Amino acid sequence: MNLFADAVNWILEPANYVGSNAIPLRLAQHLVFTLVTLVMASAIAIPLGYLIGHTGRGRGLAVTTSGGLRAIPTLGLLTLVALWVGIGVVAPYVALTVLAIPPILAGAYTGFEAIDRRTVDAARAVGMSELQIVQKVEVPLGLPLLIGGLRSATLQVIATATLAAYVADLGLGRYLFAGLKTRDYAEMLGGSMLVILLALALEGIFALIQRFVVPRGVSGRVGGRAPGTTDSTPVSHSLRTEDPTVAR
Amino acid sequence: MTWVLANLGLIWARTLDHVVLSLPPIVLCFLIALPLGWLARRYRISRGIILTGAGLLYAVPSLPLFFVLPAVIGTGLRSPLNVIIALTLYGVALMVRVVSDGLDSVDADVRQSASAVGYSAWSRFWQVELPLSGPVLLAGLRVVAVSTVSLVTVGAVIGVQSLGSLFTDGFQRGIQAEIIAGLVVTVGLALVFDGGLVLAGRVLMPWNRRAAPSKPNVPVELRAT
Repeated sequence: MNLFADAVNWILEPANYVGSNAIPLRLAQHLVFTLVTLVMASAIAIPLGYLIGHTGRGRGLAVTTSGGLRAIPTLGLLTLVALWVGIGVVAPYVALTVLAIPPILAGAYTGFEAIDRRTVDAARAVGMSELQIVQKVEVPLGLPLLIGGLRSATLQVIATATLAAYVADLGLGRYLFAGLKTRDYAEMLGGSMLVILLALALEGIFALIQRFVVPRGVSGRVGGRAPGTTDSTPVSHSLRTEDPTVAR
Repeated sequence: MTWVLANLGLIWARTLDHVVLSLPPIVLCFLIALPLGWLARRYRISRGIILTGAGLLYAVPSLPLFFVLPAVIGTGLRSPLNVIIALTLYGVALMVRVVSDGLDSVDADVRQSASAVGYSAWSRFWQVELPLSGPVLLAGLRVVAVSTVSLVTVGAVIGVQSLGSLFTDGFQRGIQAEIIAGLVVTVGLALVFDGGLVLAGRVLMPWNRRAAPSKPNVPVELRAT
């Protein structure tokens, strides 16, 4: 446990709070990087996902493409893009935006798909235009799953941003690689603990948000399993907001 | 292409390293998740603890975990054991949920019928519930396999050799072909593992063959870093 004491001392060491390698600065870099990446990925994935979810077209293509994207090792993508565009922050931004798209896209269209068709038909029957259906019915009801997708993308980006320090002078991951080079285990361990804490904190925040965005009138168990059905329905699963993996 | 042809031996050696690192986590996580998943489904309290713990564990990024594990279990920083244990933990985190959902997917009527014709709880689990939840378990294992093969590459940055070493080496020496070769072989290996699992599923669950592989409810998200 002495190793952990050293790491905590490293985190608390005043010298690590000044200069260009200060912990708050690295943390801010990490967070800004994550935020920008998520905004860029969302700008592409959310409209596309809504389009797929609303029209039901292109779903097969989206599933195949994002499935393929997920199988690609992030380190390979990072290093390859870094060779193309040169060492620096551009490579991580490009690579991570690409990686963040599949979960957000999936969150957007599965959010629409999980809505009871009768609800959408009813909205159409009372005279809503297609745009109104999207805005007033599908977007609010699909929000919990979209947030689930964003949650998954965020954790992915936080983790990969750490790895991105391998190709760019960026974020908390620098401590891991700097410590590795100088054989300073306290620095590596301290840096790792900071990243883990950050990831867990964000996971907690997202869990709260996800619970919060379920529209009023839609309780967690509405649309649950009908009597006699054996397989669990997608709806009962999708609205299980405490669910760590399925909704993510 | 020239690089690839000149280094086929190296690529093969790294592929073997990769297999050695990725097979144990896939097998181990299944063996560990089975009792844990059963426990998670059985009691309300254990369900909360196990599933919450699994969710949190799954949220821990892989690279920091590779650094923290040696301090916890006393292995060397560059020991392949770190990678194997870390990936087993991720696999367990994902599979307990799947096992619990899989057992849940067994029709209550079937379970009661099994008890009525005299199955003990133990034999009912092995002979009725486990086989019936097979398709769900298989789908979960496929996710674990693809995720694990991809995650092994991350170990390369701390010096644990795998196909990921082709990324770090190619990056440092500026050889694009090496990185591309690494990407292709890693994805290929993931496909081979996936295919192997599908095949094993056909052999072990012949009654399931006619149905087109309708995807049961499994986590679609997989950890890639």
